Amino acid sequence: MATTTHSQTADWVGQSIRRKEDARLVCGRGKFVDDIKLLGMLHLAFVRSPYAHATVSGVDASEAEALPGVVCTLTGQEISKLVDPFFEIGPAPSNRILDYPMAVDRVRYQGEPVAAVIAETPAIAEDAAELVRVDYQPLEAVIDGEIAATDRAILHPAMGTNVVWRGVYEYGDVGKAFAEAAHVIHIDHLHMHRFSSTPLENNAVIAQWDEGDQRLYFWSNNSFPTIGIQLLAPALHLRMDQVRVQTHDIGGSFGIKITNYPQMAVCALASRKANGAPIKWSETRSEHMTASAHGNERTFRDTRVALDRDGVLLAVESRHIDDCGGYPRYEPLGCVIWSQVTPATYRLKNLRIDFTQVVTNKCPVGPNRGYSRLQHLWFLERVLDICAHALNIPPDEMRLRNYIRPEEFPYTTPNGCIYDSGNYPGMLKLAKELIGWERWQAEREKARAEGRWLGVGIGTTLDSGTNNFGQSQIVNPQAPFSGNSQAASAKLDIYGEVIVAVGSVPQGQGHETVVSQVVADILNIRPEMVNVRVGFDTERNVHTGHSGTYASQFAVSGLSAVNGAAQSLKAEMKKLAAFALQADEEELEFGTGTQGPEVRVRGSGKAIPYIGLANLANVNTAVVPEELRSITLNCRYTWRAPFHVPDVQKKYGNLTLTYSAQLHIAVIEIDRDTYIPRILDYAAVDDCGTVINPMIVEGQVHGATAHGIGAALMENCVYDENGNMLASTFSDYTPITAVNIPRVKYGNIQTPSPHSYSGAKGMGEGGGAPLHAISAALQDALWREGIVIDDSHNSASTLYELIQRKRGGGLRENVRIERGGP
Amino acid sequence: MPEIPRVRVSAKINGRQCSREVEPRTLLVQLLREELNLTGTHIGCDTSYCGACTVLLNGRAVKSCTMFAFQADGAEVLTVEGLARDGALAPVQQAFSDCHAFQCGYCTPGLLMSTIELLREHPNPTESAIRKGIAGNTCRCTGYQNIFRAIEAAARSAAARDQAADSRPDRS
Repeated sequence: MATTTHSQTADWVGQSIRRKEDARLVCGRGKFVDDIKLLGMLHLAFVRSPYAHATVSGVDASEAEALPGVVCTLTGQEISKLVDPFFEIGPAPSNRILDYPMAVDRVRYQGEPVAAVIAETPAIAEDAAELVRVDYQPLEAVIDGEIAATDRAILHPAMGTNVVWRGVYEYGDVGKAFAEAAHVIHIDHLHMHRFSSTPLENNAVIAQWDEGDQRLYFWSNNSFPTIGIQLLAPALHLRMDQVRVQTHDIGGSFGIKITNYPQMAVCALASRKANGAPIKWSETRSEHMTASAHGNERTFRDTRVALDRDGVLLAVESRHIDDCGGYPRYEPLGCVIWSQVTPATYRLKNLRIDFTQVVTNKCPVGPNRGYSRLQHLWFLERVLDICAHALNIPPDEMRLRNYIRPEEFPYTTPNGCIYDSGNYPGMLKLAKELIGWERWQAEREKARAEGRWLGVGIGTTLDSGTNNFGQSQIVNPQAPFSGNSQAASAKLDIYGEVIVAVGSVPQGQGHETVVSQVVADILNIRPEMVNVRVGFDTERNVHTGHSGTYASQFAVSGLSAVNGAAQSLKAEMKKLAAFALQADEEELEFGTGTQGPEVRVRGSGKAIPYIGLANLANVNTAVVPEELRSITLNCRYTWRAPFHVPDVQKKYGNLTLTYSAQLHIAVIEIDRDTYIPRILDYAAVDDCGTVINPMIVEGQVHGATAHGIGAALMENCVYDENGNMLASTFSDYTPITAVNIPRVKYGNIQTPSPHSYSGAKGMGEGGGAPLHAISAALQDALWREGIVIDDSHNSASTLYELIQRKRGGGLRENVRIERGGP
Repeated sequence: MPEIPRVRVSAKINGRQCSREVEPRTLLVQLLREELNLTGTHIGCDTSYCGACTVLLNGRAVKSCTMFAFQADGAEVLTVEGLARDGALAPVQQAFSDCHAFQCGYCTPGLLMSTIELLREHPNPTESAIRKGIAGNTCRCTGYQNIFRAIEAAARSAAARDQAADSRPDRS
């Protein structure tokens, strides 16, 4: 379709073009960190704590150091003298936490590193790690968030409490709403379990300290390196410009790899100690499961819900306890990030959420896919769903009565967030069509008559993208972050090739492809004529302090920056071409001629190829008149999101730019003999505004769906009472496989965002819709048995326990109708 | 610690005879990645759950992290690097790309090898055969939906090729 008659209109955006990334990846020619070998490279293995909570009184590495092939060792004590603790994002007293890259005198979760061994081969490093003697004095392990909040055993003496952050979010008039409510329902407890999206590639890093240049080089799979080096450089007493981070192909991150900077720091110190040898650390899966990062675990207590006679939500009040594991790291940002979606998809005006975050003796959390919003969305979905059952209102009807209506967008939430666009009833309609709602309702009635447990559940959710960093000031008024930005560059190289770089850190989302689509439309050329740099590099890619790949934003922040850079380049090319062709700019058009991409005078046959323009700007500069000599054909553009700093006192402001939505319907039957929940049918409808590459969007929806289904039915980072992580291998954690996943009936609607240049919304995290839909389907199957689905994780064994416990009990004790009723 | 005696492994890897001396504990995946620079075969777990390390050993799919290098002595090994011929993708590679059956691409080499074995045993696989055939390969990006489609497409294109071959006049 790209011929000389190719029109000026956008053609490539909106098409499912084959990905550029595929060519190398499908041939095994991708370059992941562990694939990189450097001359003289050494290997690092960690010595890790078997205890969840213990003091460390001594580390003896002499035997390890004596092993042939071992170059040196590092202990926590030793590095505490070489580095500063990482800065804490939270306010006092949590900013008194001393977070060193390895434990110094106390371990706070099983698997926390206490020492490292550096050797000539990975095998020798592992052998030697076993020879390091560590003296531990075990302490009481604090595993439960609510117990942690009582400060019975304190993890960080410098902080003096386990409470990292506490605040009350109150909007509207909660008291009045409860006074006027027709129904008041009390839900004692709900619990969102710990899970992780566990990227298939583990964490890995190579660090090299160059003593001569006083520079530090990282080859890393960190997915937010610009924040990584903001943490690393001061801790290592370096200027940021002394630290270079490169990424290439990354085997998935889902946010989990944002928090691998402590291991990067240890490798940097190891390289320094090993006279500048490159040091590789390649995490094992067991290390990843016990000691990298998990998603946030959250408990919801004493929830009270006020509803009018029709089941419309009037008010919700609740107490939330978030468990962030041994160290806050990226936290306490999760204590505010949930409030991007305060009322979920509903017209809920009055809320009071008392939010507390605590440390426990578990793996630190990281911003896992759907970070902090999905916990809150699951909570409100359970609330609405339980209330529907308690009031005997059909679940679809309950949602329709509560959804924000299509005509209400842009919709301002009680806390000042602006939902840009959406059509939740339209999504419900489409999802019902996809799944065959009426047929399954009939099937459900038939199953019930036969005594089978079959349920149909709806989950509606939001994927808020392009966050306003100003929300960090709600958790810490001293936090120096606000807004959001991204940078991109577009240039014509000397021989006329179009070269684009952007500050994102792709991990499989196809950024090279979609950037090419966007630029191809702007310049009216084919995507393969656009060269997008692979991976990220702090020295090669333009970037800002917000650059990275996280928080569902590439389609907005990344592509807005690319659009800006390409438009600037186009404007410069036009000026130069007008001079070269002796024409007015208005007469010029962009296209592809027999010599390749060109700028030409409309209807004249006069044209200049890109190489001609590049020649004038780069190597044949004396022929260019003075007034055009500022043209470089190398354009950088920084996009800044139109945000303001929120009102910190009122906890009010726009926290996110776009709101993608997902609506899933699950049909599940629980086997009455084995208690195995089986998904019989599944539909997923997505709305991420204008779609740039439908194939990639659908792929992202599939992936988020699988993560959610896996988390809902299989995957659980479960601990015993002593803080032993019981799912420390994939064989225990059981990530969802091809035999467990249902075929997903996919649908898409598009409500273009008025807040992005193209109408696209950030997407990919998915908002945990499967967790909501599956909990609702199980609830639908079991409500009449007196069961309340109060946990986000439901496997055959937990369902068995729930049902057996109920059989001993009698009352539905978790849910109480205080007023009204069906 | 005494010097660990080494063992010799000679194998035909992607059609080329290779010989290396390795520690007895060296895993096949380590031989491929570390000694032969065939880094397309990946490591994703420690317990042979994820299948990122799957290669073909004498034509059968094996998890190269779960066998010693010396066990491959005398064998023929095919890795992802050996699939494309003269710059042309193998049909399974083409189908995986056509169907967007991978995102980060980390699991893909292992899945391709399992798919080759699956399609050899089940040229027209049922959905159940497809699911079982790749049950030992974990993908965290795609939710498997497009992998199912790719395997179905690869089977169809193989069937179409066979049909074309059958209808050739010189075929007796």
